[in-house]
Amino acid sequence: MKLRTVLLASAASMAFTGQVVSEDLPPCDNCVDSMTLVSWGGAYQASQVKAYSEPYIAMTGVNVVWDESSNEAVAKLRAMNEAGNVTWDLVDVVAADAIRLCDEGLAAPIDHSAVLAEAPDGTPAAEDFGDMIVSECFIPQIVYSTTAAYRADVAEWNGKEPDSICAMFDLENFPGKRSLEKRPINNMEWALLCDGVAKEDVYDVLETDEGVEQALAKLGTIKDQVIWWSAAAEPPQLLADGEVVLASSYNGRFFSAIEEQGQPFKMLWDAQVFDLDGWIVPADLPEDRLNRVMHFLKFATDTQRLADQAKYISYGPARASSAPLVGKHAELGIDMAPHMPTDPANAKNTFLYNYEWWADNRDDLDAKFQAWLAQ
Amino acid sequence: MSSTPTATRSHSDFPDDGVVRAADGTPLKQRLAKALRREKLRSFLLIAPLLLFILLSFIAPIADMLFRSVENNIVQDTIPRTVEALKAWDPAGNELPNEPVFAALHDDLAIAVEKRVHTRLGSRLNYEKSGMSGLFRKTGRAIKRMDEGDYKAQFIDADEDWGDVETWRVIKRFSPAYTPGYFLNAVDAEQTSEGIRMKPANERVYLMLFNRTMVMSLMITVSCLILGFPVAYLLAHLSLKASNMLMILVLLPFWTSLLVRTSAWKVLLQQQGVINDFLVWTGIIDDANRLVMINNQTGTIIAMTHILLPFMILPLFSVMKTISPSYVRAAKSLGANDWTAFWKVYFPQTVPGIGAGAILVFILSIGYYITPELVGGTSGIFISNRIAYHISSSLNWGLAAALGAILLCLVLILFYVYDKIVGIDNVKLG
Repeated sequence: MKLRTVLLASAASMAFTGQVVSEDLPPCDNCVDSMTLVSWGGAYQASQVKAYSEPYIAMTGVNVVWDESSNEAVAKLRAMNEAGNVTWDLVDVVAADAIRLCDEGLAAPIDHSAVLAEAPDGTPAAEDFGDMIVSECFIPQIVYSTTAAYRADVAEWNGKEPDSICAMFDLENFPGKRSLEKRPINNMEWALLCDGVAKEDVYDVLETDEGVEQALAKLGTIKDQVIWWSAAAEPPQLLADGEVVLASSYNGRFFSAIEEQGQPFKMLWDAQVFDLDGWIVPADLPEDRLNRVMHFLKFATDTQRLADQAKYISYGPARASSAPLVGKHAELGIDMAPHMPTDPANAKNTFLYNYEWWADNRDDLDAKFQAWLAQ
Repeated sequence: MSSTPTATRSHSDFPDDGVVRAADGTPLKQRLAKALRREKLRSFLLIAPLLLFILLSFIAPIADMLFRSVENNIVQDTIPRTVEALKAWDPAGNELPNEPVFAALHDDLAIAVEKRVHTRLGSRLNYEKSGMSGLFRKTGRAIKRMDEGDYKAQFIDADEDWGDVETWRVIKRFSPAYTPGYFLNAVDAEQTSEGIRMKPANERVYLMLFNRTMVMSLMITVSCLILGFPVAYLLAHLSLKASNMLMILVLLPFWTSLLVRTSAWKVLLQQQGVINDFLVWTGIIDDANRLVMINNQTGTIIAMTHILLPFMILPLFSVMKTISPSYVRAAKSLGANDWTAFWKVYFPQTVPGIGAGAILVFILSIGYYITPELVGGTSGIFISNRIAYHISSSLNWGLAAALGAILLCLVLILFYVYDKIVGIDNVKLG
C-alpha cells in the first residue's frame, strides 16, 4: 500500500514536471475503480498508454486493463452483446467500424459537446472535432493514412523511383513482389485510379458490376505478385526482409520502421487515403462503468492529450486545436509535423475515402473480393 | 447351527423351485443385478462431473453453433407485420405488393430503426441477394422523413429497388424461421425464384476449398507417413539410450509453440530466406530465380507436415515397439531376403500404427487454420480459414456454422469409410 502511494506520487510529480497534467480534473462520482480499454497493440497502443492512460492512472489510481482485439472488435462486441455480458468499457476502432457498430446499436451515441472537454479557447468539442465526427457514436482521436512505401535499393529498377501509386500496378518498370491489404477497401479505388478512372468518378464506377469487374481485372494483372497482409505490422516486415519491394500499410507503421529502426524504405504519399481512428463506448454499460469511461474520455480526448499522442507516433490529432501543439518525437527529438499525413508536402494528392459508400456496399464487395481472392 | 432364525426360514419358508437364493430369500440373479446397478451408478457418479463438463462446455456450444446454420428468426423478428401482410401476396406474379404491405413495412422499419436492428436484417438478406444491405441502410435513413399515406411511392422514391418484384420475393422467401440458405451457400448454390441453382462461376469458392482441403490434407498425411515411418523404425530398433536421445528430438519441436514453428518456417522458406540464400550461395540456383516456397500450397504442405509429424511418429513407434523381432528372424531363417522379411512379415504388423497415425494427422490437418493462414498465401488456405473469416470478419455466422457442419459430416463419413476399410479396432496407439 505504501509502496503504491510512493510510486503514484513519483509518477504524478514526473507528470507535473512534464506539464502533462490537466489542471482541473474533477473527481469521478459513482465510478468503478477499473476499466478495460481495447486497442490495436504495437506502437499505436503504446502511444495511447503513454499519452492517455499513464497520466490518468497517476491522477486517479484506477486500474486500467488493455486488450489488443480491435481488429476483431465488431465480431466480439456483437458476440458479447448477444451473450448479454459486455466486458469492454472503451473500444478503439476505425471510422468504418464505428459507423457499423453505431448502425447496429452496439455502440452508444455520444453528445460530443456535453461530455468532452472544450478547446482551450472555449470552442465546443463538437465544433473542434468538426467533420471528423463521422458517426454520432464516434469520438475521433487521430487521422492516419493508408499509403505505400518502397525499398530504396532495388537493383532491378535501374535507379528509377516510383512517384505515383500506379507503380503498384507497373510490373515492367518496377518488378518485384508487392504487399496489399487482404480486403477490397483502398485496393479497389487505387486499381480504378490507375486504370484511368478520374478521382471524382471512382465510387460511381465502383457502384456498378462492370466497375467492380474492372477493378478486379486491374488487380488481376498483379495478383500472382502480391502477398496479401491482414495485420498492418506485416508489410514493414516484408519490406525489411526484402520479400517485397512495394507495400501498402498505415503511415505510422512505416514511420516507425524508417525513422525509429532506420530501414531503407521511402514513403510514397501519392493517393494516400485518410482514415480516422477513435473511441466508441459499448451500448448499455451499467451506470458506474459508464461514468468512469466518460470521466476518462473527457481527459483523454482534450486538446493537450491528443497533441501529446503525436509525440510517440506520426498520426495527426483529430482536434483542430491540437494541431499547433504537435511538437517533437519523444525519443528521437525530430520534428513530427513533416511526418504527418496532413502535412501539405505529403497531402499533395490525397484520395478522399467515402465512408458512407463503404458502409452501404461493404457486404457486397467483401464477398466478391474474397471470392476473387480464393480463386 | 440350524437354530438361527434366517437359516431355519431359508430351509422351510421358500419354495424349492430350483432358483438359487441369497440368505434373505431374494433370487441370487436379482441380487446380482442390484449389485451391478449400484456399481454402475457409482461409476456414473464418478464420471458425472466430466460428463457435465463436456455437455456444458463442448456439446452444448457446438449444438448451438450448428443450430445457427438453419436458424432464420431475424426476418420475422425485425419486420413481423410485413411478413404477416406478405402472406396474401403471390410471389409468382409480376405485381408489386399492395399498399398495406408497404404501410406495414413502414411501421416495422420505424421500430427497427429506433432499435437499430434494420442494418442487421439488411446484412442477413444481403447474403442471398447483393444490394439488400445498402437498400436497408438507405431506407433506414429515409424512414424518418416519410409522411403518412402512399408509402409505396415514398419507398420507391427512397430506393428504386423497392419497386423491384425480386426484392419482395427475397423477403418472402426468407421469412420462415428456418432456412436452407446457409447450407446452399456453403455448397456454392443459391435459392432463386426459379428454384435452386449453382452460383455464377466467379462466385463459387466453397466446393473448391473443400476439395483443396481434402487433397492437401491427404498429401500432408502421406508425406508425414513417408518421413515418419523410417524415424519410428529407427527409434524402435536402436538401443534404449540412443532412442531416448532421438525421442527428445522428436518431442522438443512437438512441445514448441505452434506459432513459433510456423514463423520459423517463414524465415527459412521465404525468397530472401535461409534456404534460398544457401542454394544461391552454393550456385544451385542463381539470384534471379529464387524458389517461391511460401505463401502458397508448398509452404502449407511443408510447414504442416513438420508440425504434424510427431502425431505420426508416436503411434508408429509405440506399435513397432511391441513387434517381436523373432518373427523377422524366423522369416529370414526360412529363406526370406531382407526386403521380403520386412514387407511380408514386419510391415503388416505396423498397419495398426499407420492407421492410427494417418487418421490422427488427416483429421487434425482438415481442421487446421493458423498455419495455412500464415504461410498459405491465397492458394494454400483451407476451408477452416474461410470459417474463421466468416466468424470474425464478415460476421456471417450462419454460413460459418453451415460450413462447419459440412466439415463435421465429412470427417464422420471418412471415419466410417475408414472403419469399413481398415477397421477401427485395428487402430492402435500403443
